[in-house]
Amino acid sequence: MAQKNYSGVNISVDEEGYMTDSSQWTKEIAKEMAKEEGLNLTEEHIKLLEFIREKVLSGSALTIRAIGKSGFTDIKGFYQLFPGAPLKKATKYAGVSKPSTCV
Amino acid sequence: MKKLLILGAGTGGTIMANKMRKALEKDEWDITIIDKYKTHYYQPGFLFIPFGMYSKKDVIKPKADFIPYGVNLIFADVDKVVAENNQVLLKDGVVLNYDYLIIATGTQIFPEETPGLQDKLWRKNIFDYYTIEGSAALADFFKTWEGGDLVLNIAENPIKCPVAPLEFVMFADAFFVERGMREKVNIHFVTPMSGAFTKPRASKVLGGLLKEKNINIIPDFYIERVDNENKTIVSYDEKEVPFDCLITIPVHKGDPMVGRSGLGDDMDFALTDKYTLQSDKFKNIFILGDAANLPTSKAGSVVHFAAEVVFENLMCSIEGRPYTGKFDGHSNCYIETGFGKGALIDFNYDTEPLPGAFPFPGIGPFGLLKETRMNHYGKLLFRWIYWHILLKGKEMPISSHMTMAGKKMHDF
Repeated sequence: MAQKNYSGVNISVDEEGYMTDSSQWTKEIAKEMAKEEGLNLTEEHIKLLEFIREKVLSGSALTIRAIGKSGFTDIKGFYQLFPGAPLKKATKYAGVSKPSTCV
Repeated sequence: MKKLLILGAGTGGTIMANKMRKALEKDEWDITIIDKYKTHYYQPGFLFIPFGMYSKKDVIKPKADFIPYGVNLIFADVDKVVAENNQVLLKDGVVLNYDYLIIATGTQIFPEETPGLQDKLWRKNIFDYYTIEGSAALADFFKTWEGGDLVLNIAENPIKCPVAPLEFVMFADAFFVERGMREKVNIHFVTPMSGAFTKPRASKVLGGLLKEKNINIIPDFYIERVDNENKTIVSYDEKEVPFDCLITIPVHKGDPMVGRSGLGDDMDFALTDKYTLQSDKFKNIFILGDAANLPTSKAGSVVHFAAEVVFENLMCSIEGRPYTGKFDGHSNCYIETGFGKGALIDFNYDTEPLPGAFPFPGIGPFGLLKETRMNHYGKLLFRWIYWHILLKGKEMPISSHMTMAGKKMHDF
């Protein structure tokens, strides 16, 4: 398991860069992680990441549709916030595991 | 008299009716099972219908045939569960009380969630095969289709039987080869996932199979709408895929009754403890099968394994013992790969599908995560097992818990 240093904290990540211990997450870590991939996180991003954390850590399956209904953004907006593969990026920056809703 | 109420007489509800009637004394326990519909569908069979391998009569039987003597079978629409009062309200005004409730109301497709899907091309150039009507209409369409872009699109996860779309495109490949028109058909597999399957090793093997069969995978595509004029599907980030024939796996949700009862998530899947299979809020409610919001496959094999756990924990609860049943998310799927062959995967919450032999280590007869003829026969044989053994809640030679015996960790 790889170690990475974000904002002065050592965290362990899996081979795709997802945090393996969600409890280590902070907003600062999320911001640095996203910056590394060329994305500047705003408060709007962070609010959504917190929603995702709450949802995933309570054991619910996370879907793009659920995010569209979250009240923070609609699905189109979600794509604009995290261009390309929004669910994969957002879960990574939220410090939770990659969604595996298909199994 | 104590009362056990089961909502849903599909695979899970029927298994539980059979198991519980055997276990509980008839003069102490009244068991009632409720369903909207009178016909039991063998849902894995829907996949075979478009290719003329099965017909309607192969996949339907009356539900009543599988409910044992001594269980009340009611055909009615459920309005909602009022869990605080241990009551189920039917739409016709009848109120049923229960001591224990099992919710096994499954999942359904909601094509209306995707704009343009049920427009003028619906069942003309756009088909689903998750309903008997859809798969039968597609069988008719394929009889005279002259070819073009065949696009299979998964709208959203979770879906029933996550491997069925893979099976569909591999069947389509074999079907059009056998018809001598494969070069006229371009097959595209368009998915919101980043590959053929989410679990890494299985995705690699299955993705490789699709490539070998000249099936084009378009990953990370999340459909927003169907453009009926231009015959394209359009994603939220404005990507377009043209089609001549669109096979849609529409959005799946739980029964709206679960939502009305306040027991579900935003997709109406019932909130369920992933190990005990109880409702998260009410300890006398158990959730079985596709209706649950569990992070495992929505598939008959899972229902079968989960039924063992629901049975065990329900009996523990009735007899006042601590729960001994713990579900591990065990799933076991035969994957048809066309030309009389099949693959098999076996996995749970924590262990992804691995290669090996099943169910007997080193012997099989089934091969895990590889294409064999025996796996194909396993799938065909399963229909008989389903009607005659599984629904009746009889013992099967497969453990409800996944085992690592026979699996290889380092094959790749």
